[in-house]
Amino acid sequence: MTDVPQRAAISREGLQALLDVLRQRGYRVVGPTVRDQAIVYDDIAAVADLPEGWSDEQDGGHYRLAKRNDQALFGYAVGPHAWKRFLHPPVLPLFRVEKRDQGLAVVGEQAAPARFAFLGVRACELHAIAIQDRVFLSGPYVDPHYRARREGAFMVAVNCGHAGGTCFCVSMKSGPRATSGFDLALTELVGAGRHVFVLEVGSEAGAQVLAEIPHAPATVDDLARADAVIARTSMSMGRTMPSDGVRDLLLRNLDHPRWDDVAARCLSCGNCTMVCPTCFCTAVEDASDVSGDAASRTRRWDSCFTMDFSYIHGGSVRSSAKSRYRQWMTHKLATWFDQFGTSGCVGCGRCITWCPVGIDITAEVQAIRDGEQG
Amino acid sequence: MSTVISSELPVSAATDPMVPRMARVLRRWREAPLTWTLEIEAEPPVTSEPAFAPGQFNMLYVFGVGEAPISMSGDPARTGQLRHTIRAVGQVSSALAQLRPDAIVGVRGPFGTGWPLARAAARDVIIVAGGLGLAPLRPAIYRILAERRRYGQVSILYGTRSSDDILFQRELERWRRELDIDIAVTVDHATEQWHGHVGVVTTLIPRATFDPADCVAMVCGPEVMMRFTVAALAKAGVGDDAIYLSMERNMKCAVGLCGHCQLGGSFVCKNGPVYRYDQIRDLLPRKEI
Amino acid sequence: MEGLDRIVREHRFFAGLDEAFSGLICGCAKNVRFEAGQYLFHEAQPADWFYLIRHGRVALSVTVPGRGSIRFQTVGEGEVVGLSWLVPPYRWSYDAQALELTRAIAMDASCLRGKCEQDHDLGYEMMKRFVPVLVERLQATQLQILDVYGH
Repeated sequence: MTDVPQRAAISREGLQALLDVLRQRGYRVVGPTVRDQAIVYDDIAAVADLPEGWSDEQDGGHYRLAKRNDQALFGYAVGPHAWKRFLHPPVLPLFRVEKRDQGLAVVGEQAAPARFAFLGVRACELHAIAIQDRVFLSGPYVDPHYRARREGAFMVAVNCGHAGGTCFCVSMKSGPRATSGFDLALTELVGAGRHVFVLEVGSEAGAQVLAEIPHAPATVDDLARADAVIARTSMSMGRTMPSDGVRDLLLRNLDHPRWDDVAARCLSCGNCTMVCPTCFCTAVEDASDVSGDAASRTRRWDSCFTMDFSYIHGGSVRSSAKSRYRQWMTHKLATWFDQFGTSGCVGCGRCITWCPVGIDITAEVQAIRDGEQG
Repeated sequence: MSTVISSELPVSAATDPMVPRMARVLRRWREAPLTWTLEIEAEPPVTSEPAFAPGQFNMLYVFGVGEAPISMSGDPARTGQLRHTIRAVGQVSSALAQLRPDAIVGVRGPFGTGWPLARAAARDVIIVAGGLGLAPLRPAIYRILAERRRYGQVSILYGTRSSDDILFQRELERWRRELDIDIAVTVDHATEQWHGHVGVVTTLIPRATFDPADCVAMVCGPEVMMRFTVAALAKAGVGDDAIYLSMERNMKCAVGLCGHCQLGGSFVCKNGPVYRYDQIRDLLPRKEI
Repeated sequence: MEGLDRIVREHRFFAGLDEAFSGLICGCAKNVRFEAGQYLFHEAQPADWFYLIRHGRVALSVTVPGRGSIRFQTVGEGEVVGLSWLVPPYRWSYDAQALELTRAIAMDASCLRGKCEQDHDLGYEMMKRFVPVLVERLQATQLQILDVYGH
């Protein structure tokens, strides 16, 4: 292991140096930035690109940015984007097929993907990435596109100092502290005229990068403050999920009247599946060009909420909104265990925030639990 | 012929399970109204037997149109070519059914679980097929006939809409004449030209010869027909763990990565399409699952 | 009469029939045969007899204008042809034709209905045997109506 302290402290300048070092090493650096009145993930080059002084207000069907009274760079929870948009792109050309003299030839479509460095990965997101790793890398067939993007990715995690209004990572045991899966993890300390980041090294790659930026060993005081920040975040979760035995609870209540209740509210818009960091369903589209000499195959995100999703033999297996909502929720919280050994939910709360009618997955589980006795 | 050319980025069927191998159509013929069999060269050439497990399917790709999951319907011992029987009801299946000899088709596969032939050894076998369901069962029938002595009593019960819709008619007649298997064919309704059995395929079960306590039942057809058949087999005394069904759901990738084919917690493309009935018993009667 | 008694009790429909009832039932029974192509009965005719098939095969059909005669069921050995005799107005709703040489036990419907009226134990015994046939036929018809192969 490169000789650096396991825990260090860096300044804002150090953070800029971190961005510079990553870019010099050929990474495409992506992180949070303000755009369209939300905090999204996009290419960033400088600390100035980060959402300095911003926080967010989140609730069911509600997202607003709010100004903080300090200069915190990471003083908000997660926004509508998840890192899956880079590792598992929304639209991915798979290949082209061209007519040649001898027949048909399959031709590669895409250029080699960038090596990503993600700045600001929350603990829940690290869990979500690990969950998608199991989906795409551990089955009998591996997704080479995910693997190509995932293998070289550099993760700079951030331990949350602000619990979102819809967050419940504590219930799902996926945060707020990042415990594994990162190269470096930051905890931001801002106040009393100081602005530093306590940095934990998570890998050799992280150690090597740390060695190239100005840093000092973290003081006992700073470590205590960092722990306090994380503890405070843990205590202020916006939601709780009664997560014991959820799998069995849902699978024995597939005909619970609550599903009709939520169906009356659900628009089957699919927002939840778009913002959820673990939803992975895709569809493929085939198109031929005007000349008819070439055809292409493209993969794109899909949602189990669409009518077409379960289409066979002239109709959909799941044609009612109720059955589609039930499919999503039971997959996320129940059958995911059967398929991949863990829950599919990391408690990030995005599905609650970005649902136009504010359907709350934690409330739905509670209602089914309560309704069981009744 | 069948060429795969890679460009700056190596993309090939070997590294990406979504990339098809290209193969030539060898022959095609009509089996019944809207139903065609396509014989495709095995690409790359398969030399070891069997070429696939009976019950498995390929994803067949038509240039510019798309892919569809089609079960193999031929003899797995014939390693040079792969037969698929296709009902032309959608965009892709209709395009497949129209392909002429020498046309190129993309192939991915074989995918999925197969019929339990090993488990059926030394037991009676009862095969119940409805409509196009006879096609994914035919490879199992070929294997059973090739090693007839391995199995006990063998019954094939086949039901379809009308006498025009009977698949593999000459083969059925040949099997009935030459070998010691019981074949019963019924149609849902008939004209005066038909002198055989009329009625749904479940009505053939009480008359079939098999030991319900020591048999394996393989059932394939429309899901409703399979549900009724399972009930009739249970009534005849066959255990839930001796009945196997072939299930079908929407498929896009066939490799367990796109999420479309989920049936409860299982993926039909990799945990199926052949399922032992007791493993999906609670799912089958549920609406919209 | 002895021969008829044996034939009746051997038929699958009357398997395990109590001796007390078989005398009553045979009093309404007779042995019949139909040549290939011969009709057992036609639609709308009074349901005076029903048939327990011993050997052969019978096709049940209706004639649809423009489509001709459509066969919707065949009935074979060990099975029953004719259920409409059980309920008023006791009229057949389809044709029944022997497809091959068919031997059957013909049961006199009004004779049997009368005896069941007088002896309710006999009546219950007949119901216990007929109702499963009705239910099975109904369930099979449910599947038939769905026309599952026809999409």
